[in-house]
Amino acid sequence: MSAISDIGDKTGAALAASVKWAAGIIDPPLRWLQKKAGFNGMAAFFLAPNMLIFGIFILVPMVINFAYSMTGGGALFLPDRVFVGGDQYGRLLTCSDYSRPITCTEDQFWIAVRNTAIFVVVQVGLMIVLALTTALVLNKSLRARSFWRAVFFFPVLLSPVVVGLIWRWILQRQGLLNYILFQFGIEPTVWLTDRFWAFVAAVGVSIWAHMGFYALILLAGLQAIPKDLYEAAEMDGTRPARVFWRITLPLLGPNLLVVLVLALIRAVQIFDEVFVLTGGGPGTSTLFITQYIYEIGFASVLRNPGLAAAASILMGAVLVVLTLIQLGVGRRKDPKEAAK
Amino acid sequence: MKKLCAALAIGLLGTTAVQAGDVRVLWYSDGVEGEVLGELLDRFMEEHPDINVILDNVAYTVITEQLPIQLEAGQGPDIARVTDLKSQADHWLDLTPYLEDPEYWRANFGDQADWMRPDGSDAITGFMTQITLTGGFANKTLFDQAGVELPGPDASWDDWMAAASEVAANQQVPMTAALDRSGHRLTGPNISFGANYIGEDGMPAPIGDGVKAFVEKFVGWNNDGVMAQDVWVSAAGTTYRAAAEDFINAQLVYYYSGSWQIPNFAETIGDNFDWVATGSPCGSDACTGMPGGAGLVAVKYTQNPEEVAMVMDYLASEDVVREFSERTLFLPAHKGVIEGGLDYQTDNPLVADALNAFVEASKATAPHALELPGWQWSSAYYGALVNRVSQVIAGELTLDEAYEAMDADIADVVATQSM
Repeated sequence: MSAISDIGDKTGAALAASVKWAAGIIDPPLRWLQKKAGFNGMAAFFLAPNMLIFGIFILVPMVINFAYSMTGGGALFLPDRVFVGGDQYGRLLTCSDYSRPITCTEDQFWIAVRNTAIFVVVQVGLMIVLALTTALVLNKSLRARSFWRAVFFFPVLLSPVVVGLIWRWILQRQGLLNYILFQFGIEPTVWLTDRFWAFVAAVGVSIWAHMGFYALILLAGLQAIPKDLYEAAEMDGTRPARVFWRITLPLLGPNLLVVLVLALIRAVQIFDEVFVLTGGGPGTSTLFITQYIYEIGFASVLRNPGLAAAASILMGAVLVVLTLIQLGVGRRKDPKEAAK
Repeated sequence: MKKLCAALAIGLLGTTAVQAGDVRVLWYSDGVEGEVLGELLDRFMEEHPDINVILDNVAYTVITEQLPIQLEAGQGPDIARVTDLKSQADHWLDLTPYLEDPEYWRANFGDQADWMRPDGSDAITGFMTQITLTGGFANKTLFDQAGVELPGPDASWDDWMAAASEVAANQQVPMTAALDRSGHRLTGPNISFGANYIGEDGMPAPIGDGVKAFVEKFVGWNNDGVMAQDVWVSAAGTTYRAAAEDFINAQLVYYYSGSWQIPNFAETIGDNFDWVATGSPCGSDACTGMPGGAGLVAVKYTQNPEEVAMVMDYLASEDVVREFSERTLFLPAHKGVIEGGLDYQTDNPLVADALNAFVEASKATAPHALELPGWQWSSAYYGALVNRVSQVIAGELTLDEAYEAMDADIADVVATQSM
């Protein structure tokens, strides 16, 4: 035992020496830089690599995308494209009757916007309720609790394409669900060609695929709530419902806000699993905004990169507004922030 | 800026730099043709050790989604197998100065040369690796078991739908009929009912009575459950969907697709049931299918045009085309090979019958159907048809709204491409 301890000590000492040696090498130039750049300059220096990557892979593409949205024509490369100003935005937003997408110049954009709005409200609402319920159940002292946590988290590990394919095999005409229904003498339904059921499937599958992640965040929040609050409530004989509304929910607020923001952004961006599951059909009943952008930009024979770029800019703007609203609401709820 | 964009695109697409003497071939497969081509190219390289042919077998989506970006960047492979030949014709290399005998090419592949070169050009850019024709397939075993006679060669669409419905009801098969979700597939029947897509000025004509006549029937059959809704409403936009799996699994009585399915059916159906190719049902004006196929074209950005031409000369030679067609069970485009006859390498008697049925059906191809593969705006028309007819079937649009939207979609494409 002492031999093992000796080896550990020696290894630790060797590692510490090598780190000290490496630090000794970079220390003089960093000290020189700090003298020249000052404290704030050093912060910028350490942030620079990350900002460079962010700039190349996020900021520059965003600027290029915006430039694309101001151009028209079939050419792919920006210098070959014709400047059209805000025409693409005008085309996307022009409708004679906004309640009837067919009257819009880009009717399928509005169908996608409408579908996405309904999807976000239904999916995010259900997702939060189900994730919270799951987290509350998993927070109890259940038998095999770790197993159940793994079960709910497992779908999060799957690729969205795999999720889409699994559920397509279950829901298609000759799928598992219809087989089971048939065994019970129930008439099979072609779930994915029925507009209502296809939308329900899109919502259900996306919740199944992501709920585990949000449940995990909420579970972490539940476990951070001091136990003595519950003990005090129990000693006072407080009803469980009141404990939930007065202790659990308020203290879980920050975690719920994180879940809400993440779920909302993810829901607006919904694409991959639904694209594999329904392809946007039947008709356009599960066509969401990201698929519309993909189709118009890349996949369709009717492709128009400028229009796709304009649609993505509008979608990005909506996401920014939603996030700012949520953060504003979150700050107002936070007593420390509200006091400022 | 353009060079930066191009470099970025190429970097992202992972294109490998081409060495002197290298010829890179971008190829997709529906069946075994990738393997056959690989063997043929190995033989070529044995005879020409100074030329290294690299065969990139890729998914079809690489051809439709990534290759256009490469081409726009002035890059890409040296040779590519492509179906959208006309709209990308500006990117193809005129092989004429490099070919051993351009007259041989004109004599044997001249009928399809316009499909893959810009309007008004006499360039030789490649050749069709296979000629396809859309047409129907019937599950003969189901017809026999139901005691229903297969409709004859002059049978109409209504006759086929009635007969297939009778079989489906008798045999309790879930799907009566299906037509691939594709504007190209819908076009044969449209022309049979008198459709004309090309206006007098060569630009797209408004949706006319011929299109309306068949589309109305087609939507009705979908709503009545005669046509399997699974295919046309199973996606949004212009996404392609086929019903081949359902036919292979004997869940479908009548399937309208095309001759390229023959190798697939031969291999996957085997002797599970008997199937027959039926040609195209008749409309009021014709009984036509739509010709098409995949072409092998040289890309004009190649750094080795002479080596590319040698590979193309080899692959277009009569013996190689014959062997390729016989082994892949494809209909060749080469006139000499067609005249000389083919000995398809299959033990399956259904395959020979099916190939003969398509050869016979090709005689009924309408002149307008022959024009469309070489017409610049075909893809725009096909895309608009798929996009809007699906919405009608799904109950989102009326037929009149759909026709109006199709005209607008096609006009948009023309306006965008003409900028």
